[in-house]
This record gives sequence, C-alpha cells and structure tokens, in this order.
Amino acid sequence: MKITVDEDKCCGAGQCALIAPEVFDQRDEDGVVVLLDAAPGEEHHGAVRESAQVCPAAAITVDEDA
Amino acid sequence: MSASPRVVVVGASAAGLATVEALRRKGHAGAVTVVGAEPYGPYDRPPLSKQVLAGAWPPERTRLRTPEVLDGLGAEWVLGDPATALDPLSRTVATASGRAVVGDAVVVATGARPRTLPGQERLKGVHVLRTLDDAAALRADLLDGARSGRGRLVVVGEGVLGAEAAATARGLGLDTTLVGPQRVPMEAQLGPLVGGLLADLHRTEGVRLRLGTAVAGIADSGSGRVRGVLLDTGEELPADTVLVAVGARPETDWLEGSGLEVSDGLVCDAHCRAAEGVYAVGDVARWHHEGLGRSLRLENRTNAVEQAGAVAGAVLGDERPYAPVPYLWTDQFGAKIQIHGLPSASAEAEVVEGAPGDGRFVVRFRRGNRTEGVLGWNMPKQARQWRREVSDAFAPPPPVPGSPVAG
Repeated sequence: MKITVDEDKCCGAGQCALIAPEVFDQRDEDGVVVLLDAAPGEEHHGAVRESAQVCPAAAITVDEDA
Repeated sequence: MSASPRVVVVGASAAGLATVEALRRKGHAGAVTVVGAEPYGPYDRPPLSKQVLAGAWPPERTRLRTPEVLDGLGAEWVLGDPATALDPLSRTVATASGRAVVGDAVVVATGARPRTLPGQERLKGVHVLRTLDDAAALRADLLDGARSGRGRLVVVGEGVLGAEAAATARGLGLDTTLVGPQRVPMEAQLGPLVGGLLADLHRTEGVRLRLGTAVAGIADSGSGRVRGVLLDTGEELPADTVLVAVGARPETDWLEGSGLEVSDGLVCDAHCRAAEGVYAVGDVARWHHEGLGRSLRLENRTNAVEQAGAVAGAVLGDERPYAPVPYLWTDQFGAKIQIHGLPSASAEAEVVEGAPGDGRFVVRFRRGNRTEGVLGWNMPKQARQWRREVSDAFAPPPPVPGSPVAG
C-alpha cells in the first residue's frame, strides 16, 4: 500500500488524524495533513482506507497495489 | 433480510458515494444501484463557493473519485434520472424515465435544494449555488459583469454559503454587498463574538455589509434582468448580479404519498431508519441523536460521510446508534474556520487559546458546564484537541445493564 496526500485539497478537518494517528498528523500552523508513513504496515490498512474514504476533501489517495 | 441485500441508494453525491463505499468496506458483496438526479458522477460541493467560483480549480477537480475507483465499487449508476416516488413496502424507487428499481434496502440520499425568493426564477442575473451548473452560471455572470463594468454583486443571505461566496466574489474584484436580517454574518450559528469578527474581516476586505435588514424582493429592470434587491426598509440596493443564499430545504417532495414521515427532512430513528428497510443519510436526513436527546438534521460535508458509515452498518445489521460530534469548516478570505459540535448564539463563548488580534484563536461555547462546541480560527489542530470536551456532551448515555437494546 502506498499513500499520497494532496496538501492543496486538504481542508484541515483532521478526520484522518483521528482515525489513523500513526499514519496522519496535522501541521500546527494551518492543520494541513502531514503524512507520517506513506507505506504503513498491514495493521494500519483498514484505518487508512477509512481515512481516505471519509476525508471530506478527498485529499488522500491509496494505491493498494504499490 | 437476506445475507446479501440488494441496496438502492437514491442520490449520487457525497452521501450516496460514501454509502456505497462503506457497504463495500464492511464486506457487503451484493448488488448496489445508485440513482442520481444530476448527470454527473459524485462530486464535491464545498469547493463550489470557493475554489470553483474563484476559478482556482477547473470544475473537473471536484470529482470525488476517478472512473477506475468508481468502477471498482461494482455498483450500477443510474445518472440524470431523478427519483420520483418510493414505495416503502416493496422498497421500489420509481424514476423520471420510468424505471422501477427494487431493493431489500433503500437509502435516501437526495440532499437539499436551495430556497429561493418569489419571482427570482424569471429574472436573468439571479442565482442560487448548489450544483456544478449553478457555480458555472454564477461565475460566468460575475466575469461577464466585471468585464463590462456591471460588476455589482449583492449576496442575499449572511449564513455560511452567502459569507463564503461574498468573500470569493470580493477576491475576484467585484463590488460585493452582503445583506441579511442578522446583525453579523453567521450570528445564529456562531454567536455575536465570532460573527462580529467575521463582520470585521469582510469589512476590512472591502465587502459592503447591509446586515440587520430583511430582503423584501428582487427588482426587475423591465427587460427580464435583475436591477436590484429590495429591502424591507423600502430601499433598493442596485445589483447587476444577485446570489440568493437563504438556506436549503431537504429534497423530500418526491416522497410525498410514500407514507413516510417528513418534517424538515425524512424523519428517522437513532439508526437513521425511516421505516423497515428504508434509511436516510446526509442533508435530507432528520434522525434522533441519542447523545443530544433530540432530532437533528445536518447540512455539512463531514456528516454526509460519517452518517453514510452508520447507515451502511445499519443496513448490514449493526445496531449502534448514530451520535456524532458535528463538524463543519469554512474558509473566508484568509480565515480557515473549523467548528466541532454545535455552537449557538445563546451559548457562552470564550476565547480559550490564541487571540483574535493575532488572527489565530480557539473559542469554546458552553452552557452551564457542558461544552457544546469549539471553534478554531486558523488553529485547526488546537481546535481538534479541544474537541474532547465536546465529545462528552454528544456521547449517548450508556445502556442500562439488563435493559433491552432500543430498536
């Protein structure tokens, strides 16, 4: 699994940081997503998929095959 | 219900898409049909009043998923064919083109439609803003006006959509006036403290505020185009273009005669269920929030997705009630504002971090010792940390041991 984030789309909702705190954080100054781990272990895959799907700005893309 | 229910989702926007995705994520392998009124696949509405209206994004960028990802969901998409009726007993959805789509479960995700002022449909230059087509039409009119020296925009409605659109239009250089009955923008939602700061922000950026004044109607130039906005003081604000942003009403007309209870939304229980096998999600859904002990309907992007997860769970037999902490954000000029919970004008508002003078702060909204909401102004991460206090106020009461599970 490979994750990419679009900082320009991110609205700073922080849903991802609530669901998968080991993978996503937010910048202090503007709340924009910080990708902590672009290729997380399998134990995080479920939370990452959920984060991508609930992201209100559709700013997270998950490539399952990578 | 069978192990693999056929699900019909009525509405192909964020809530409809999220319902399909949540069903698949939870392992549902059965047939899913999505019926949508608009000809487009799922797209994102919040950018319409901001990036799309500003021209910073091409409209295609609002598309929520690539065609490949949509294909991968294995759903049937019936687009450009509005639903016209629902029979809850047979769970049959009728569409404008004459289709009858039958499911074991029907999820109503038809959203809301903008409220309008009497006579506005007949006049050129008067707009609403809900769809991609609305945004394109408004943008074209604004650009046209700016080029030909007819760049006076009046935005009717000082809620979140009106305030955002006014900020965007001002950013395009238009002569922009924001008018509405409240004293400051978003006062009913955010109270006088934050509303006052929004008013300052808009004024500083050059938006003319004509607040505390109700709108009586739209004035006609006599040639079928708008001439201005009539205030109830008798005054007329001259306008070349008008955006009417006076709220939305849930899209429930098509449910008339279904026997389902409609009362400012499709009325649902704590599991977002309107009747056996019929559910509602997103702007159209009025459900019982067990944490608040009352019904709630939320028109925001985050709820569309979160509620979709709850509805997909309920369709598949999960009996947990849906009791979220509401979340809303708005961007106006340089301010990124994040709202957790439900602030209100009557709650006690207090700056608990940062300072308004620095353009970065967090406001807590309390009633007694309950924190009903927190708002971050250019402080999203800190606001999320304060959210914990809000969660307590929205948590449903724990079930009493030994009592039957409420259904």
